[in-house]
Amino acid sequence: MQQIFNFLIRNKNNILFLLLLTLSLFLTIQSHSFHKSKFISSANAVTGGIYNWANNIQTYFHLDDYNRRLLEENKQLRSLLANTRDTASLSGALDSISLDGVYNFMTARVINNNYSKINNYITLDIGENSGVQKEFGVITSQGIVGIVDHVNKRHARVISILNSQSRINAQLKKTNHFGSLVWDGKDPNIVQLIDVPRQAPVEVGDTIITGGRSLIFPQGIPIGDVTRFTLDQNESYYTLYVRLFNDMTNIGHVYVIENEEKEEIKALEATND
Amino acid sequence: MTNTIIINTVRFILLVLLQVLLLNNINFLGYVNPHLYILFLVMYPFNTPQSIFLLVAFLLGITIDTFEDSGGINAAACLVIAFIRPALLRFSFGVSYDYQTVKLSNTAYGARAGYVMFIVFIHHFILFTLEMFDFSHIFLILKKTLFSGIFTTLLVLISLTLFKPKRR
Repeated sequence: MQQIFNFLIRNKNNILFLLLLTLSLFLTIQSHSFHKSKFISSANAVTGGIYNWANNIQTYFHLDDYNRRLLEENKQLRSLLANTRDTASLSGALDSISLDGVYNFMTARVINNNYSKINNYITLDIGENSGVQKEFGVITSQGIVGIVDHVNKRHARVISILNSQSRINAQLKKTNHFGSLVWDGKDPNIVQLIDVPRQAPVEVGDTIITGGRSLIFPQGIPIGDVTRFTLDQNESYYTLYVRLFNDMTNIGHVYVIENEEKEEIKALEATND
Repeated sequence: MTNTIIINTVRFILLVLLQVLLLNNINFLGYVNPHLYILFLVMYPFNTPQSIFLLVAFLLGITIDTFEDSGGINAAACLVIAFIRPALLRFSFGVSYDYQTVKLSNTAYGARAGYVMFIVFIHHFILFTLEMFDFSHIFLILKKTLFSGIFTTLLVLISLTLFKPKRR
C-alpha cells in the first residue's frame, strides 16, 4: 500500500497529465461526431453573454450595410407583391386552408461567427425563451446559413454550412436532381454538392436551391451557383462546386425557421416499418 | 505570492478576451489567425509546481475551446506545452534553469526567440492536427501551422519586448 502511494506521489505530474489529456481528447473526439458535443459549447450564459456584449458594440459599425440589405430584400418582396396581379385568388385561398403556414420565421442576430476552421459554428442571440429548438433552419435573405444544434435559455448554437459534419439536402433548380451539400474546409465561399446522379444535365452557372426532402428548410431557398463540376471515380455521381450567394464571412441578422409539421412527418415515418 | 496570483489571473482573463473577441476575427488570407493566448504559458512563472501549471494550462485551453466550440483541441495542445515546458526551458536556457535563476526578461534574445518558437510551433501543430483529425490533410495542417505559427511567434516576441517588467 505504502509503495502504491509512493508511486502515485512520485508520478503525480505524469498521471495528472495523462488524465487531463485523455479528457481533452475525449472532448475533441466527441466534437468530431455529429450532434454530440454538448458540454463545451459557446451557447452558455457566460460565453454567450460576452459575445452578446461585444456584438452590441460591433453592430453599430455595420448599420449601413444591414440597412442596404434590408432595402434590397424589401425591394424584392415589393416587386413580388406588385407583380402578383390576381390578388383575388390569394384571398380566395385563405378560405379553404388555414391562415398560418407550415413554416414560422423568427429573426435573430449573429453574435459569433467562425469560418476559418474545419468545423465552424455560429452563435445566435435568441434561445429557448424565444421558442428556438434543435434542428431549426437558419437562413439570410440571400441564402442558407446552417442548422441549430444546441440551445439554452438565451442563446443558440448553429452548425454552419461551413462545417465538415453539415449535410443538407439540395437540388438543381431546373431539374429535380438532388444531392447532399457538404464542405471540404478550404474556401468559405465554395461548398460541394455531392452524390448528384450522372443523368442530371449540369452546366456551369446553374442555380442550386434547397431540396424538398429536408424537414428543416422549405424547398426552393437559393443557395448558390455552380462554378465547376467533376465526376467521381466510379463515374456515376457528380460533385458540383457551388459558389454561395450568401457571404458567410459577413452575416448580421438571420431568420430562424420552424417547420410546424416536422414532428408529424417524423412520427409518420417512424411508423413505417 | 498573492501578487503573482493576481497578475496571472488578470493576464489570463485579458488574453482570453483578446483572443476570442479580436484575434479570432483576423482571418488574414482567409485562415491565418494568431493564437497569442499561449503567451500566458510562455510567461507563467518558472518556479511554480508542475502539477498546478498543468491544471492552469488545461483551464486556459478549455476556456478558449468553450468560446470557439472546438471540443478539447486547445486544452490538449496547451496541456502538452505545459508538460514539456521544463524540458524546453532546460534546452533553451541551459543549466541556469536548473538553479531557478533564469528570468524570461533577462535572457539572451536568441535563446528567448528559440524557446518561444518551440512552444508556438509544437502547440500549433497539435492544435491543427486535432482540428482536422485526419492525416490525409497533412499539407493543410503544415501550411496552417507554418503561417499561423510565424504570426503568433512575432506577436509573442513583440509583446514580450513591449511589456518587459521595469528594472528597479
